[in-house]
Amino acid sequence: MSAPLHFQSIAALSAKLAAGQLSSTELTQAILARTKAVEPRLHAFNSYDEADALAQAAASDARRNAGQSAGALEGIPVGLKDVIAVAGQPLTASSKMLANFVSPYDATVTQKLQHAGAILHGRLNCDEFAMGSSTENSAFGPTSNPWDLTRTPGGSSGGSAAALAGGAAVATLGSDTGGSIRQPAALCGLVGLKPTYGLISRYGLIAYASSLDQIGPFARTIEDAAIMLGAIAGHDPRDSTSFKTAIPDYRAELKTRRGPWKLGIPKEYFGAGLDPEVGAAVEKAIEFYRAQGCEIREVSLPHTQHCLDAYYIIATAEASSNLARYDGIRYGHRSSSAKNLLDVYQKSRAEGFGDEVKRRIILGTYVLSSGYYDAYYLRAQKVRTLIRQDFLNAYREVDALITPTSPIPAFKLGEKSADPLAMYLCDIYTIGVNLAGLPALSLPCGFTTSGLPIGLQLIGQPFREAALLATAFTYEQAHAWHTQFPSLS
Amino acid sequence: MTMSHSAALNIDRVAELARLALTPEEKALFSTQLSSILGHIEQLAKVDVTGIEPTAHAFPLNNVWAADLIEPGLPLSAALRNAPAQRDNMIVVPKVVD
Repeated sequence: MSAPLHFQSIAALSAKLAAGQLSSTELTQAILARTKAVEPRLHAFNSYDEADALAQAAASDARRNAGQSAGALEGIPVGLKDVIAVAGQPLTASSKMLANFVSPYDATVTQKLQHAGAILHGRLNCDEFAMGSSTENSAFGPTSNPWDLTRTPGGSSGGSAAALAGGAAVATLGSDTGGSIRQPAALCGLVGLKPTYGLISRYGLIAYASSLDQIGPFARTIEDAAIMLGAIAGHDPRDSTSFKTAIPDYRAELKTRRGPWKLGIPKEYFGAGLDPEVGAAVEKAIEFYRAQGCEIREVSLPHTQHCLDAYYIIATAEASSNLARYDGIRYGHRSSSAKNLLDVYQKSRAEGFGDEVKRRIILGTYVLSSGYYDAYYLRAQKVRTLIRQDFLNAYREVDALITPTSPIPAFKLGEKSADPLAMYLCDIYTIGVNLAGLPALSLPCGFTTSGLPIGLQLIGQPFREAALLATAFTYEQAHAWHTQFPSLS
Repeated sequence: MTMSHSAALNIDRVAELARLALTPEEKALFSTQLSSILGHIEQLAKVDVTGIEPTAHAFPLNNVWAADLIEPGLPLSAALRNAPAQRDNMIVVPKVVD
């Protein structure tokens, strides 16, 4: 028995489109119908444009009928986190500051998705300016987890995860600065990939912390993640941090790389704070790899305990600088009560930003301010060097690392929103990867007794996404977690 | 170098630097929350960073050059589309000089 259209993979739907059993218009209509049905319960979207999606689908069908379709995503509806620019569409970063902003240009990833034939569907909810771990910091209201509507989908890319898990898109894009793709993927039972820093262009991505931000896909399967990655990866002269590196055929390499691999278990990632059910599911996954003939080795990343502190200095410092552009002058919210120029800056920012953004701007401004720069920012950058060296040392012994993605499964909406530090601790297993610039993915590895998804994190070596995906594919092929879908009740 | 204790975060001064008009309630709330976050962050003072170079980017790319060519930019109408106030192809702001 096959799943309904809205729960099928890119690979399965592409085969049907290619065989003429399905048109992009029919598929897009099915996804739009599903979106309308589930959106009142999920609030995964800030907006979507039905007429625009159907026009794109008609154009895709026309290309295919004319024999011009060649793209890996031809006719496939893909959702975008509302921090990625699409010309002529709203771009809000889930902030009042940009509530009325319409993007004047496309992000590079947007152009690449269009080039691959994708149907761009919707602006997906997130924490304001991608700052948060639950999507509760959105100025437009929180998103619910399709597996339990009283719980958060995670964050900051919670809308991207909830829309896909709920069947309102076939794949989505998010952005990951400290875990914002992998943690929601884990909490919603999806594959989420944060590529190596520099593999994906950040041009047209609203900046939060530029040395950590990276765009990446959410997908139902590893194969779909490989298809999405192949569509968006590559050097872009418009992003000076974009790397010149050959882009392999990630999808084809899934089937040619078989291991066995040497896998490292970082002992620091299995300590206090790890939910016992999450820990048990990850242990079972490790046993699976051992049974496949992989060599499992305990490794140490001794500076792990300092990742959170280094991250919250570096990320907030960069955020305070990046968000200085929202001054009420050229675009964004301008206070109507401002009397002079200083007033415009101070009141527009006070009215436009929410609490978490203000907190991070304050912290970032403080750690960069005269007299504190050396003690906080410079020291954090040095600790970042040590954190990165920890990973590179581990990769002398092993090919990849296995950890939990999130220490806990999806938590209740409102449970942590009053305590910023408790919320920050959701990211303890994911932020080291951003500081070191490494690729990592989360894939489903089980459910709790109460039916909440559990995510397994695999951390790879720089620009070796093909090996990372193949390692995950081996696990996925032998398990059926990804064939279970939420009832949205 | 030892880190300063979190009481050093003068919320009025930092809000002024950040150009944020905070309410008294926000100042009180953020001071309390940030002092607990800073208490955590100050554990970095324990790390020995003697002789360690800072990392600004995980994969340092230096001297990224672009050809010095004139290329089309954003058209004026597109650049002004999101301006809060505009007149005669210019952005309107409060009077700056008396």
